[in-house]
Amino acid sequence: MDITFLLNGESVELRDVAPTVTLLDWLRESRGLTGTKEGCNEGDCGACTVMVTDATGARALNACILLLPQLHGRAIRTVEGIAAPDGSLHPVQQAMIDLHGSQCGFCTPGFVVSMATAHANGDTGHDDALAGNLCRCTGYAPIIRAARAAESAPVPEWIRADMLVPTVTASAADPADPCQAPESADALAALYAASPDATLVAGATDVGLWVTKGLRDLPKTIFLNRCRDLQQMSETDSGLRIGAGVTMDRVLAEMRQRHPSYAEMIRRYGSAQVRAAATLGGNIANGSPIGDNPPALIALGATLHLRHGDQSRAMPIEAFFLSYGKQDRAPGEFVEAVTIPHQPDRLRVYKLSKRFDQDISAVCGAFSLTVDDGIVTAARIAFGGMAATPKRAAHVEAALTGQPWSDDTIAAAWDSWEQDFQPLSDMRASADYRLTAARNMLTRYMIEDLGGQVSVLEVAP
Amino acid sequence: MTVAKPLAHDAARLHVTGAARYVDDIPTPTGTLHLAFGTAAIAAGRITELDLAAVRSAPGVVAVLEARDLPFANDVSPSVHDEPLLSGSTIHYLGQPVFLVIATSHLAARKAAKLAKITYRKRDAILSYQDAMEADSRFEEAPRIWQKGDAGEAIDAAPHMLEGTIEMGGQEHFYLEGQAALVLPSEDGDMLVHSSTQHPTEIQHKVAEALGLPMHGVRVETRRMGGGFGGKESQGNALAVACAVAARLTGKPCKMRYDRDDDMIITGKRHDFRIDYRVGFDDSGRLAGVEFVQMTRCGWAQDLSIPVADRAMLHADNAYHLEHARIESHRLRTNTQSATAFRGFGGPQGMLGIERVMDHVAHRLGLDPLAVRRANYYAAAAAGGPSAPRAAEPRPAREDIAAPQTQAAGTDLTSRGAVGATPEGRPVPAPSGVQTTPYGQPVEDFILHEMTAALEESCDYAARRAALAEWNAANPVLKRGLALTPVKFGISFTLTHLNQAGALVHVYQDGSIQMNHGGTEMGQGLFQKVAQVAAARFGVDMQAVKITATDTAKVPNTSATAASSGSDLNGMAVQAACDTIRDRMAAHLAHLHQDEPRDVRFADGCVHVGGNRIPFAEAAKLCYEGRVSLSATGFYKTPKLEWDRIRGQGRPFFYFAYGAACSEVVVDTLTGEYRILRTDILHDAGTSLNPALDIGQVEGGFVQGAGWLTTEELVWDEDGALRTHAPSTYKIPACSDRPVVFNVALWDGRNREDTVYRSKAVGEPPFMLGISVLMALSNAIASCGSSYPALDAPATPERVLAAIQGVRNGE
Repeated sequence: MDITFLLNGESVELRDVAPTVTLLDWLRESRGLTGTKEGCNEGDCGACTVMVTDATGARALNACILLLPQLHGRAIRTVEGIAAPDGSLHPVQQAMIDLHGSQCGFCTPGFVVSMATAHANGDTGHDDALAGNLCRCTGYAPIIRAARAAESAPVPEWIRADMLVPTVTASAADPADPCQAPESADALAALYAASPDATLVAGATDVGLWVTKGLRDLPKTIFLNRCRDLQQMSETDSGLRIGAGVTMDRVLAEMRQRHPSYAEMIRRYGSAQVRAAATLGGNIANGSPIGDNPPALIALGATLHLRHGDQSRAMPIEAFFLSYGKQDRAPGEFVEAVTIPHQPDRLRVYKLSKRFDQDISAVCGAFSLTVDDGIVTAARIAFGGMAATPKRAAHVEAALTGQPWSDDTIAAAWDSWEQDFQPLSDMRASADYRLTAARNMLTRYMIEDLGGQVSVLEVAP
Repeated sequence: MTVAKPLAHDAARLHVTGAARYVDDIPTPTGTLHLAFGTAAIAAGRITELDLAAVRSAPGVVAVLEARDLPFANDVSPSVHDEPLLSGSTIHYLGQPVFLVIATSHLAARKAAKLAKITYRKRDAILSYQDAMEADSRFEEAPRIWQKGDAGEAIDAAPHMLEGTIEMGGQEHFYLEGQAALVLPSEDGDMLVHSSTQHPTEIQHKVAEALGLPMHGVRVETRRMGGGFGGKESQGNALAVACAVAARLTGKPCKMRYDRDDDMIITGKRHDFRIDYRVGFDDSGRLAGVEFVQMTRCGWAQDLSIPVADRAMLHADNAYHLEHARIESHRLRTNTQSATAFRGFGGPQGMLGIERVMDHVAHRLGLDPLAVRRANYYAAAAAGGPSAPRAAEPRPAREDIAAPQTQAAGTDLTSRGAVGATPEGRPVPAPSGVQTTPYGQPVEDFILHEMTAALEESCDYAARRAALAEWNAANPVLKRGLALTPVKFGISFTLTHLNQAGALVHVYQDGSIQMNHGGTEMGQGLFQKVAQVAAARFGVDMQAVKITATDTAKVPNTSATAASSGSDLNGMAVQAACDTIRDRMAAHLAHLHQDEPRDVRFADGCVHVGGNRIPFAEAAKLCYEGRVSLSATGFYKTPKLEWDRIRGQGRPFFYFAYGAACSEVVVDTLTGEYRILRTDILHDAGTSLNPALDIGQVEGGFVQGAGWLTTEELVWDEDGALRTHAPSTYKIPACSDRPVVFNVALWDGRNREDTVYRSKAVGEPPFMLGISVLMALSNAIASCGSSYPALDAPATPERVLAAIQGVRNGE
């Protein structure tokens, strides 16, 4: 595949790029730009953060799991391009020096790029913007001081220039190229139906690890980043339809109004870098039992839209997850969209992990109970991390439905939990903890419903 | 003067622009080869068949080496030659390097390393404390036991007694820059090694040994590390030796860096500990006697475990005067990664034992834990106060009183693992009226009474304690907890002879100064602090001083940059070198200007002599023309140290560094989730050489210490496989995990000992301020019921919830 992009303001054209070359390796090994660091090679530490700008704005992304074909038509800025061409420092760089934000300096380039990206976007939620950048030396305090100090400085013109990234027309695809990047869902449907053994690559936050950690080759790939129509969100009669290619940062923004508790979970989902790459469709399609979107979507009664060639079908999203590693998806079929029905917001999503930010859930529980006149009239409860698939708590739902919304009802549902779930023990949590915490989440839901304070994140010092 | 100024890190501009070079960033010559280890998939047993055919035929592979292919020593141990670079047939842990792939790219080497077909005969692995105790699998012949008074009798006679156990996990260093080395073969078989190491001399020694060269044939250079924390004191040996062996074989430059997962699976971590305690005390919580049994899993090789376990014993008192104490230490050998140095070096683990005791005793008596801690503090520093330097007491120098011991060939004398390399020291008689530690060291500089009072006031402890009780009574789900804990940390290498340092300083004819010393830069700002000393000695601006990479060709026989000793030792050595040159310059300039050398002053960028004010550059030129040597070495050795580690008696430490932290947390009793709401810290850095860098050490140390005790959990499965081997599963603190309110201040006071500008070491001590978080969690959990939480570490939400359930059930 041939691609074109801007690198630190200069146009780069690459021919016949291999789909498994990461931006990080290319920068360091082919380009000699060693400012961008490899810390973990799996998108969890942020040392490799680069700024990627396109018509929709500037984002921080992890270069270690960004594959070259994903860059086409975008502007990349590495730490070497954060200062002005004449060497003048960017305001966040100067603030990092003045306020002692670097010690060993190895994570610093990634922090600087994340900070410059947030600065360009006027984003002052520093803890969230930097949740994907790990620092082992400073304890973060001086870095946050630096980020605050630079808030009011104007965005330098050389950073703003990236917003004017020229639109590049796609070169005609060579049908024999094992690495394809269709321009529409229709084109994707045709390609994938014809090559069902190809690997679909959306944000590469999962597939990237197949490459960097699994050391896999990807003989046939279809990159989805150019399918603009998969990246649309639209209101329909039945609800909000979210294209499979919509990235999680956009889902987060959309959910803040509709379902704030879902948004709060997404705020802790991955990191700014991961949310900017990861797609909603990818999180569903990979079928992980610990994916965080499926429990929320199940509790919201979402519908999943699948596409195969010209054929489309829809199903309740929980029906998609058949068993561990197995989904109701035919060869050549792909996730096209999800529809979340309009509804009063009764959703609460509780994500439990060792660390609040950027951690994979030990348990993720989503609850949506309808209570009329003190009686539970409907209950949708779903969990990740409790079974081999994202799963509804059918017995618990049944035990609650039609009952008074009370402690007694919750107590009476005690045994139902074990009918629904026999979780495993692993490095994230024991089976006992998972089950106990899941039960307690229902209590938390009720206390929160009655106006009680239940989140340690909302306690003021 | 340049010392005591809050200057930025010397490389800050390079850091923020991406221009700071680490080992993997050094441009490599064409033809450079890349290395990867193939590792064992079992924790214990033998390899019955090693089929490397697929590895050898993989794309890009140049050569594959097994243990039998190594030309000389197959060893990368920093202590007792028990750590082969490549395993041979016996496997000691899951992840142990078995063979070495040399390939044309990093990726090709990694891919090929996965292709081996290895057949094993497994044996039962020794993984747990219990496994090791039952099998008597240990380092050293028997547990080490140190005693003071008669603890058993004192406990039995005390009004109250309790016993308990605390388990605390290990900790992955998670230096952001993984282990890395690059070796460039030179003429005549010599090697130039670039290594991300805290101990260049150790690398030099092991590479020389592996190549059959004298040490003069190997030069090691280290400009900076992307974090070390102890994890690069000995764990870089394998990579440097592998590269050197491969470079010798192929004649090509060779580079090796671990992928993060490999790094976490192969290298050692902080020692985990289990500490059993039995304690007798009175109604005020004053301890009558205490017994500790410390068990630690050292992993498969000895590495630095003996001095780590020693330091845990040495900090079993923390800030508390124990008249009757017995400390028993088991250094257990297990089929896991070989646990190694990590910031605090056993000190945090030992200290956590006694802090648990204080918390437990206070709970039993229904007292504020702070009151119990104070009741047990050492007596305050003697009259004159901590800032009063006392006259140096004449004491025979160590070398004068014992015959030198002969070392076995190949022993690395500069390693902390060089057990028994020094003769036994003699007990130090305590001045009358001075309290002593359980190991007999007089505590003469104790300033925690004043520091605690100051912190208690500044953090509004009493009012918050009262408000917290009210808040907890009103909140059924969320509970707050508060704790103020002290730190007293001993400063010096406990292997006495390591307390030495060298420096090399040049003044060029244009007045610019180049400075070199044996310390390494891992982010702590050592280079800048020492450069500030150099600039101060010559009275010049910082711009005049060039900081250069640590280089074994410039300063030989260096100790590791470890034990918080970097600026104490190297600052003094550089000061000595500068003063030698300064004295020569003063003598010459005084002669030229008919002045007395002692009246020559170096200040404001000038030399003031005979009423003249000569710019330093001009002075340097004059001295050069006057044929004055403008280059000098400097040397320093720490005075007053006497230590017998077998008997646990003497003065292992030059002085103590102090600190105190107060942390408040809020806990969710439904899930065990929690958050640090506020932390206030007062820390003693003596007269700080650079308050900005020192505060950076305090803030960062605290967060790292809190991480150790909260989110950072190492999990091995029943096969001995480490399941938490990447940041996706091993969770160091992220940005939002720092305290919401975080106030850090330095205690204003000089070191009473004669250290460089009366500063104190600051690398490790703040780490242990994180203990306040665990104790605050304990305090919050205790409010849920009547029994004692006995919270183990790391206190993950799961452990917190279990402790809450225990407290509620009265367990």
